[in-house]
Amino acid sequence: MSNMGSYDERLKNFTWSIAAEELGYKDGEVVNIGWYCSDRICDLGKAEKTALYYEGFGGAQRSYTFNDIRLISNTIGTFLRNIGLVNEDRVCLFMDRIPELYFSFLGVLKIGAIVQPLFSAFGDESLFIRLENAQTRAIITQKKHLSKVRKIKDRLPYLEFIIIVDQLKETELEGKEIVFRFENAEPVDKMAIYPTKAESPSVLHYTSGTTGQPKGVKHVHLSLVSQYLTTKWVLDLRDDDIYWCTADPGWVTGTSYGIIGPWCMGITQCVLDSGFSAQSWYQFIEKNKITVWYSAPTAIRSLMKAGDEIIRNFNLSSLRHLASVGEPLNSEAVIWAEKNFGKPFHDTFWQTETGSIMITNFPGMKVKPGSMGKPFPGIIAAVLEQKTFEPIDEPGKIGLIAFRPGWPSMMRTYWNNQEKYNEKFVNGWYLTGDKATIDNEGYFWFIGRDDDVINTGGHLVSPFEVESALLEHAAVGESAVVSKPDEINMEVVKAFISLKPGYVPNKELELEIMNFIRKKLSSFAMPQEVEFVEKLPKTRSGKIMRRVLHAQEWGEEIGDISTLEND
Amino acid sequence: MNTQEMKDMVLNYVIKEYLEDEDIEITYDTPLISSGYVDSFSMVSLLIFLENKFKIKIPPSKATPEAFNTVNSIIELVNQYV
Repeated sequence: MSNMGSYDERLKNFTWSIAAEELGYKDGEVVNIGWYCSDRICDLGKAEKTALYYEGFGGAQRSYTFNDIRLISNTIGTFLRNIGLVNEDRVCLFMDRIPELYFSFLGVLKIGAIVQPLFSAFGDESLFIRLENAQTRAIITQKKHLSKVRKIKDRLPYLEFIIIVDQLKETELEGKEIVFRFENAEPVDKMAIYPTKAESPSVLHYTSGTTGQPKGVKHVHLSLVSQYLTTKWVLDLRDDDIYWCTADPGWVTGTSYGIIGPWCMGITQCVLDSGFSAQSWYQFIEKNKITVWYSAPTAIRSLMKAGDEIIRNFNLSSLRHLASVGEPLNSEAVIWAEKNFGKPFHDTFWQTETGSIMITNFPGMKVKPGSMGKPFPGIIAAVLEQKTFEPIDEPGKIGLIAFRPGWPSMMRTYWNNQEKYNEKFVNGWYLTGDKATIDNEGYFWFIGRDDDVINTGGHLVSPFEVESALLEHAAVGESAVVSKPDEINMEVVKAFISLKPGYVPNKELELEIMNFIRKKLSSFAMPQEVEFVEKLPKTRSGKIMRRVLHAQEWGEEIGDISTLEND
Repeated sequence: MNTQEMKDMVLNYVIKEYLEDEDIEITYDTPLISSGYVDSFSMVSLLIFLENKFKIKIPPSKATPEAFNTVNSIIELVNQYV
């Protein structure tokens, strides 16, 4: 029997107070995620239970109990407070998946400051845009990423502290830089945790849209309620589980379900911080006897590509429940998992903005391979007609996925961009920007994005952001960025470029442009292919028609081209 | 260009293009992909570098994470096409 039991029964009696009661939270009281994920678990008698088992590249291993993470997050929080950081300051975490990242997350929350996690593979320009937008006051990082921070720090007047978690000599430090290693600090047993309330801001994740720069999605401490219950009912975590969420905390899955969800339940989780290989992943599952595994379609497809034979070399019988997130999970992957692990991956659909799982194939429920599943209890979901924004009743008809606002972990705004936030709501519905159908049994089926955002391996890439960066390259006259199909990542970035006079298209220039974007933005935003063209398709008013290029890449009908500029 | 020179060229390119921390020391046998120094998205840029430098064409099916995992394995792959 799963934690949730009968889906239909849960629908009948659902209120979010189920979660609040289990968490011991009452309306109006203090709720601090940092405390809930460490101190409360110790208070419940699990102080000596393992909270984190970490393995880095080359076999480096560390493990921590819940009491360890309570003490370390207290120590980090106290340090941050002592240097002058206060509630609602933005503190960026820019680290690989090392234990310091996880503990800093809790430490920042404990002083009431806002955590701004950023993926450590971001290039300096991607980092700059996000730190500038959030007016971030401190960044916690590693020596290996320091060069990127140093490149931009003088352009960031609000950035006062660059905190480095590795050993560095005093003489190696530049302005604003401080070394803080929790191992060398006096452990802080008791700290006054900031009394955040339900609507106090907690986490600021950045996400990309079709137009404009990335947006900071503001979440609040009440999100805990949604994250707790979805972890319990969807990921089905139980006290004796060993859980592995493969997501990086630079993205929302890595915080909602890679930190908050498991730890507010007192669950042991494992983290593997090294590059992907089928061998090392299976080995990690076998060695740690992982029971619940939350991963991503791109990783699953990569495992499929590695073949079934390698699986036989490992004992993976500990696996009890599998789930997937980040992009649509193709039916082949679900069937492959059933064949090889004896259980299917359960797709989960949600977004940075929703903060927690919204639509999913629940444990214990019939999984329809390729479907998104059904809405979580308490979530009112619909597909809307694309012109009237009215719910579609007819099974199989394509519409926009939308939710009625009001669940606890819903974003509260886009940072400094209330206008963009308001644009996400029509007729009282939150619009996800994704399209789907609903079948006659109430299962949702993903169709695609309703905009130009590229979802490559679960990373959202804004064509606008890549095009803007491309224009900074000396050779680029104009560019258009679209997706192209990819076997593993579903889609990848492709750039069409017309060069400035005097530049000649060749493979050297293609490589130079690719590396330019990789360093400036990130590897996943780097075009996997550059096609040099004489001119780009444009409307008569001069607007580049991305959809023409997109259709060309995907072998689709180009559609109405009456506005296309003639030669 | 002999094999040693090819290895050095690839090693220097990897250090220059993909390693953020100047203090990290890598050798011909250091895992590049499984260590995370070069991620799967970046592999295509490394592939284009090899094709440009050695004037070869490597079939996509051969450009696997395993083949790109060390400088030695990369040169082994390249040598099949030069």
